[in-house]
Amino acid sequence: MIEIKHLKKSFGSHHVLKDVNLNIEDGKVTSILGGSGSGKSTLIKCMIRLLDCDGGQIIVNGRDISRVQDPFRLAAVRRHFGYLFQEGALFDSMTVGENVSFGLKYLTDVPQERYTAIVKEKLAMVGLKPQVADLNPSELSGGMRKRVSLARVLAVSPKCILYDEPTTGLDPIMSDIISDLILEMKKKIGVTSVVITHDMHSAFKISDYIAFLHEGNIMMYGTPEEFKKTDNPYVRQFVDGSSQGPIKMKLMRE
Amino acid sequence: MVTRWMDQTGGAANMVRAACFWLVRSRFEFDQFVRQSVSVGVESFGVTALTSLFTGMVLALQAGNTIGNIFGDPIYVGTIVAFSLIRELGPVLTGVVVAGRAGAAVTAHIGTMAVTEQLDALYTLGTNPIQYLVIPRMFAFLLTMPVLTLFSNLFGIVGGYLVAVYALKVPGEVYLSDITSFMDVNDFMHGFLKSFVFAFLVATVCCYKGVSTRGGAEGVGKSTTGAVVTCIVMILVLDYFLTAILTAFGI
Repeated sequence: MIEIKHLKKSFGSHHVLKDVNLNIEDGKVTSILGGSGSGKSTLIKCMIRLLDCDGGQIIVNGRDISRVQDPFRLAAVRRHFGYLFQEGALFDSMTVGENVSFGLKYLTDVPQERYTAIVKEKLAMVGLKPQVADLNPSELSGGMRKRVSLARVLAVSPKCILYDEPTTGLDPIMSDIISDLILEMKKKIGVTSVVITHDMHSAFKISDYIAFLHEGNIMMYGTPEEFKKTDNPYVRQFVDGSSQGPIKMKLMRE
Repeated sequence: MVTRWMDQTGGAANMVRAACFWLVRSRFEFDQFVRQSVSVGVESFGVTALTSLFTGMVLALQAGNTIGNIFGDPIYVGTIVAFSLIRELGPVLTGVVVAGRAGAAVTAHIGTMAVTEQLDALYTLGTNPIQYLVIPRMFAFLLTMPVLTLFSNLFGIVGGYLVAVYALKVPGEVYLSDITSFMDVNDFMHGFLKSFVFAFLVATVCCYKGVSTRGGAEGVGKSTTGAVVTCIVMILVLDYFLTAILTAFGI
């Protein structure tokens, strides 16, 4: 279980996260909903400590990881998580195979002879043929990049995977395939998933729990059914995807 | 302007400190070091050879004509060419050329990785940009730039030889003995030590500019030009002070 308590984060005078409280259950899929710029990515980047938070606690397995500074302990904290980047963040100077096996060298004791077998296995898990291993990331389509990126995360078998907008920029069918993959990972390897998204269709399909992030606070937390039935006008507007309602999108930074 | 400059100097100093830390505390990325050394060396060899060949040639031509006008005979052409190159132009020209060629490539590569979250990806996969990218590149520059400087000296002296012998009609043996009878090992060390300082400078500036890149494709362009301009200006400024210091130590 991951507990986030009173998390704060600002960039200059811009308070992105004001007081975030959230519990993430083991082995479940928790989606974090919110408009563009609402601080969803900031939240999970604080969890894996790519960003330092300004206040509050992030408790993983009973230990607060938000203050760890020692580089080796920090690496151990990050070891707990896998991070699926929005654009994949594949290393473009390496082949797909080298990308997938990259983390094995640093995070595991797996001997190098077994790398090809693991690459093949993880690519198969995300539905890709073994031949893909020899391609360069630039030769892949958007959906394939996301899958290769997921294979790279799976190779080092983290306990919790953080998905940064996994379906953004994909066509509806590919979005659904990625959603299926997230569910499959939960079933097959029992991994805890935190999914950042503003794709309601996908969120309702994959989530055990949904948290709605609005103006730096978790405005609502519940199951997909509760979200479908809610009469909270803010959540209603977001779920229905309407331009009319209490949420006024800031088109310009004031 | 001044605060930005101080920020960047501080940032670069932090990067060097982190590099020292990870150099001692982590496995050295030998594969990366070899790959980078080859790419820096190969990328820059042709340009270095060409620029130093012509610099040697023009030095010989200018020296020969000037001295010819004053003394009636082109004497000490070899001495002038070799001293200028080995103490001064060899390391400086190599530094400038390597900064423009390999240095720019390093900044653009690391900068692109920064804006596409690949640097963050390194953290999530158990390593970090300092250990995986910066340290191997720093050592690659520290290895290849002194070697390229040696080649640069050699090509420059050959260029001077060609002009001296074929254009100024100085006998080849005279050109060479002008060099050997005045040059000693300190003159060589003077230029050779400089090349290490320039290598460290180019590697630090280019890696730092890469790692600190923000703001998409435009950001990559900005930091790449920034890196090259900073390197060239700093090499030329630093060169004066280095010469003063080394001369004070009798080198």
